[in-house]
Amino acid sequence: MTEFWEIVIAFFLIISGIFGFVGSFGMIKLKDPMSRLHAPTKATTLGVGGVLIASILHSLALEHRLSLHELLITLFLFLTAPVTALFIAKWHIHRHETPESLPDAGEDGKWATHAVPPEEDAPDQTAT
Amino acid sequence: MKLLRRVFPHPHLTILLTIVWVLLANAPSLNSVVFGLILGIVIPFITQPYWPDRPILRNWPMVVEYILVVLWDIVVANFTVARIILFKRDADRQPNWVCIPLELRSPEAITVLAGTITMTPGTVSCDLSAQGHNLLVHCLDAPDPDAVRDEIKHRYERRLKEIFE
Repeated sequence: MTEFWEIVIAFFLIISGIFGFVGSFGMIKLKDPMSRLHAPTKATTLGVGGVLIASILHSLALEHRLSLHELLITLFLFLTAPVTALFIAKWHIHRHETPESLPDAGEDGKWATHAVPPEEDAPDQTAT
Repeated sequence: MKLLRRVFPHPHLTILLTIVWVLLANAPSLNSVVFGLILGIVIPFITQPYWPDRPILRNWPMVVEYILVVLWDIVVANFTVARIILFKRDADRQPNWVCIPLELRSPEAITVLAGTITMTPGTVSCDLSAQGHNLLVHCLDAPDPDAVRDEIKHRYERRLKEIFE
């Protein structure tokens, strides 16, 4: 029985290794910054998820105790990863996109990053 | 009833904090449950001024369904994106911006939707429109932006609308 569980745990570790690798490889292969942003989301979902499932199974099957604080790692990743991705995306829109290069924002006219009152924008320009 | 609301301004947060504390301790003992409960009562009470309204979840079975759908989509999308990264030439890829008109109005629901879109490989939510009526999404490979928009609206937004509104 132990061997069976070891194979299952190894399977999840390999899955997570593969997706972690693909995520890092994507950072090299994809050329534009916005596409590069997609690569880390892979590493944080199945990449980390595989290790966490393997960890839960390991403590359950081989150490015979229930360990669930891996679920917390998932929770905190799902809370923080979208925020960092949003910050990087906002930076990109701020520096490299114009209202014309983005799709139409519907009835609101502008996307939030571009809809800055002029007086807030002015000191930024003098600083750089 | 009013007193109960004063003491427990966010009952869901109380339960969540207790569960998180027990998980952090990683040993379900009476000790950690009691201390988690104390934290779960004190923290919502102190942070009450920052959360004037509580989001109301209307449809609990739908919450479970939503989580399962998202987890399944994450697994499927991981394989799709892995294929794009490994086997598709960079020149053939069609990265695209997609504008998603939102029917959701509650800030919590829009936050959950944007987070879901980012965590699903292949799409990253990038910006809201000035008044929060549209969501800007970047797709890694989307030959047909309209299909992406319809899928997000149908799979996620429809369910979130039932949960939050």
